This record gives sequence, C-alpha cells and structure tokens, in this order.
Amino acid sequence: MASAPHTEPRIIGPGHTFATVTDKIASLVLQKKTPLGWFVGFAVAFGLLQLLLVSVALLLARGVGIWGLNIPVGWAFAIINFVWWIGIGHAGTLISAILLLLRQQWRTSINRFAEAMTLFAVACAGLFPIIHMGRPWVGAYWLLPYPNTMGIWPNFRSPLIWDVFAVSTYATVSALFWFVGLIPDLATLRDRATNKFVKILYGMGAMGWRGSARHWNNYEMAYLILAGLSTPLVVSVHTVVSFDFAVANLPGWHATIFPPYFVAGAIYAGFAMVLTLAIPLRKFYGLEDFITDKHLENMGKVLLATSLIVVYGYTMEAFMAWYSGSTFERFMIWNRMFGSYGWTYWVLLFCNLLTPQLMWFKRFRTRAGWLFAVAMVVNVGMWLERFVIVVTSLHRDFLPSSWGMYSPTFWDWATFLGTIGLFLTLFFLFIRFLPAISIFEMRTIVPEARLEEERT
Amino acid sequence: MTRPLYGLLAEFRSPGDLVRAAHEVHAGGYTKVDAYTPYPMEEVIEALHLGHSHVPKLVLAGGVAGLAGGWGLQYWTSVIDYPMNIGGRAFNAWPAFVVPAFETTVLFAALAAVLGMMALNGLPQPYHPVFNVPGFATASRDRFFLCIEAADPKFDREATGQFLRGLGAEVTEAEE
Repeated sequence: MASAPHTEPRIIGPGHTFATVTDKIASLVLQKKTPLGWFVGFAVAFGLLQLLLVSVALLLARGVGIWGLNIPVGWAFAIINFVWWIGIGHAGTLISAILLLLRQQWRTSINRFAEAMTLFAVACAGLFPIIHMGRPWVGAYWLLPYPNTMGIWPNFRSPLIWDVFAVSTYATVSALFWFVGLIPDLATLRDRATNKFVKILYGMGAMGWRGSARHWNNYEMAYLILAGLSTPLVVSVHTVVSFDFAVANLPGWHATIFPPYFVAGAIYAGFAMVLTLAIPLRKFYGLEDFITDKHLENMGKVLLATSLIVVYGYTMEAFMAWYSGSTFERFMIWNRMFGSYGWTYWVLLFCNLLTPQLMWFKRFRTRAGWLFAVAMVVNVGMWLERFVIVVTSLHRDFLPSSWGMYSPTFWDWATFLGTIGLFLTLFFLFIRFLPAISIFEMRTIVPEARLEEERT
Repeated sequence: MTRPLYGLLAEFRSPGDLVRAAHEVHAGGYTKVDAYTPYPMEEVIEALHLGHSHVPKLVLAGGVAGLAGGWGLQYWTSVIDYPMNIGGRAFNAWPAFVVPAFETTVLFAALAAVLGMMALNGLPQPYHPVFNVPGFATASRDRFFLCIEAADPKFDREATGQFLRGLGAEVTEAEE
C-alpha cells in the first residue's frame, strides 16, 4: 500500500479522500441528467451500428460475394479487421493483469475502462470470422466440438481451431475478470442509488456484496489468480492469431518472428486505443485528477517501447527475406515495398516507425492533444500493418498465373465502420451505466489509505 | 415482537482505528468476528487471523480438469472417434494439441477462481443482517465496520458493547 513520495508526479490529484473518489466516480453513473454530448456521441455510434446491421443482413442474404475478396486474396478485410480488433483488446488485459502483477499503481485508474475496451474489441473481432463463413449456422461444426448428427469432429491440428479456442477463452476470461472487478463497485452504486429500481438493478449485480473481510480474503486471491492466468493467456491469444499466418507456407506469412512481433503489435495498437478513449473521457467528464498527465506519459512510453519492438519485427522480416536466399521471399519483400500496394507499406512505416518517435520527447508525451494525434495515427498504422501482411502476401504467391488484385467494396468498408459503431455504442453505454474507473481500487491509492506506521 | 440480535456493529472513521480494534478484538478472544471495509485490507485479514483463502485449491482442481478435459477431447475425437488423414499428419499430433489444451486449462481454472470465490463467500446472498443497520451503506464509501456476532461464545450484550466503545467506535445493534 505504500504510495509514491510527493516529489514524483502524482497518479491521483491532491486532496482526494475515500469519500471524494467514491462520490466523483459514482456521480458519473448516478447523475440525474445525462450530458448532451453523450447523446450526440451515442447517436453517431448508434448510427454506425445500424450500418453494421444492414451490412450483415445483406451479407447473410447474398453471401460473401458482396465483399471484394476472391481467390487469390481470400482473406482480405475480414481477417484484417479481426486481427486489428483482437490486437486492440490486448492492452486492456495487459493493464489489468500484467501491470497488477508488476505492482504498477498507475494502472488503477485506467484498468476498468481498458478492460471494457477489451471486451468490446473482442466482440467486434469475433464477428468477422463468423460472418466470413457467409452462412455461419452451417459452419459451426468445423469450429466447435459438439456432437452432431454427421458424427464428425473439428480438425485440432489446424491453427484455425486453435484460434477458436484461444479467442473464446480470452473473451470468457476477460468478461470474468471485468465482472469480478465490478462487484464491489456495483455494491457502492447500490448503496448510493436513491431510485429504488436502480438500487435493485445494481444490487442484483453486486449479489449482496458487503465488503466483509472474509470475502475480501477470497476475493483478493481470486483476483490475483485471474491476473496470473490472464497473463499467459493474453500472450497466447495473439501468438495463436499469428499462427493462422505463420503455419501457412506463404512467403510473407511463414516466419518465426510472427508470435512475438504480433504480441508486441497488439499491445502497441491497444495502448493507442486506450489513449484514444482515455483522452476524451477525462476531458469531457473532468477526470484529470484520476487520469493524470502521469498516466498519459506512461502510456506514451509504452507506445514508444512497443513500437520499437514492432519495427524490429519489420526489420527482421526484410532481413530474413534477403538472408533466406529464397527467390519467393525476396520477391515478397520487394513487392511489398515497390509492388502494386507499395504505398501502403510506406504509409505504414510513417505511422508505426516515424510517428511514435515523438514519444522520446517529454513535451509530446505530456500533452493530451499530441498524444491523441499520435494514437490516431497508430490506430491507422496498425490497421495498415494487417492490410500489408494479409493482402500483399496473398496477391502475389508462387505462380504468376495465380496472381491477382484486391480492392474493397462499399460493403467491406460499411462492415468495418459498422464494427466501430458497435464498439463505440457499447462503450458509450458502459460509461453511462457502469463506473468507468474502479472505485474500490482508487480508494487504496488515496493518502488516507496509508496506515500510521507507513505514513512517516 | 423484537427480532433476535445478530451482533454488535462497531463503526470506525479511519482504517488505522479499525486495524487497532481488530487486533484488540482478536486478543480479547472473540472468534465470530467480521470486518467490513470499502477496499481490501490485508492488515485486517491478518489481525483477525482469518487464515488463507481456499480459492487456490479450487483453481488447481479447475486447471487439472481443464487440461485433462481438453486433452481428452482432442485425443478421443482425433484418434479414436474420427481419425482423419490430413496431410499425412499423425492422428495423435500431440504438439498441436498443446494449444487448445492450454486454453481449456486457463478457461476452467478461471471459472473455478470466480465460481469458487463466489461459493466460498456464499454469494449471491440477497439478505444479510448487517444491511439492517442504517449507516451501513457507508461501508462501501468511507467507513470501516467491525461486527461481533451474538453467536460468539464470549458475547455479552453489555460487556461487548462497552469493550467496542472503549476502542473508540460508535456501536449499533444489528438485528436478524
């Protein structure tokens, strides 16, 4: 429970007590009037969600032919968007689990909404492989081991099945972790709600939590173990996602660097998304005392570190292509840089190699506006990275006779934008109805929580 | 008709007061005691000698069940029930089975952690006598409570009340 000395930049604004952190965070949920800005943002997000509904309905009616994918580029947007979303989710788990185990106290005020981000991003990600089947109700027996009338089982030697297990486990464990963290806060909302209906609703979620020391004893152990389980899990998820590519024999995919490179890319993309959400959240809800400049600066540093790992991945891909001596590998990297889609590679390098270098400078790391701009560039860059990996590798394989080009259709873009709508809709509902910052964990970092013997 | 007494609830204003009181209450020989705090406090758990949580044992059991179940599922479907020659790979392709088996291990262990925690805590529990005390809602905000149950062998309505007041607490009776 030892807090940082006062000379260090604070992770919580001065003058806060148990009561003030409780009241401030609970008031975001229990306030009488919803701010107008929330309605505006929600309306935009909800509009995009309708676009998703239309896109998916049309897809189910007409089939995947409404998208631009075709042999040789059979994966295209569906997998690009899947990997992009699932990667974004990783920062939430990193913040809630790995930084907890590393005793990084600054994680406390950002873990709750980062975990929510994880859940919503995984929901968006999971949608793509499912709708990519075109007729998902027919495809279930390929993916899930359930006793069916045909008497057949999935092929467990395929990375695509590993992916189903990894992603569904990840979604379940993230939801459990998030819900366990919410229980004491739901009890706080139950105790503070004045409306009887609201009180009953939060009371059902809190399940009768009363803050008993005996309960906390089991609770803390369960929370710690969940963090310990989530840590290898999160590393496994993007590793398995990278196996979808690396196990195939295609030049541009078949590389041993993929697992660590994908995991670092996921954390990098995820922290960019956390910044994208945290900066407007703290501004519009006046949470500067809880999500301080220190938090933003730390996230900027993580962004820089992970970008360097990702760039190491790019470098190794190019080096190994040359060092392998394989004609196909050499052609792959040349085609990636100077082929038909060459511009995407250079934009990608601008986004993921050059832009994050601003994070070396404290001036940029501590200004919310700059960080937000960098985060948006990184969001685009990480999407392009997956575009480059998926499309440029597939469209030029071994035989020139099977070469082709890919261009997305309106419905490709509509589906992608639609999932952004789904993500934002869920996030807007989350900040309106659930505490966006963990209240009980914030109580542990206020000065009052230090016992006398530790205070001096 | 008055309802039976559940226990005496002592309210403290600071975490330090509660930790001191918890030590005193334990030294005083009370065993049916619980504290209610707005955030987890290891010091209180230690002071009341609540012992180690049993959650880890359940997690181990869950993890072993997940590993055995995941591995068994793959072995049985791929080797016994539906052997398929795909690219000449072995039916018992154990390196490939590692990945799904790892995931089921984590899944079952995590479910055991959460469901085990709930079961050990007796949640969901819609009713508890401490909620009858009017000021108890602040236990989830900024107040620290300590409860000595009437079922405690050393409990005496007057003496225990005096003892708690002596520790600097405001004492309320919690009815069943």
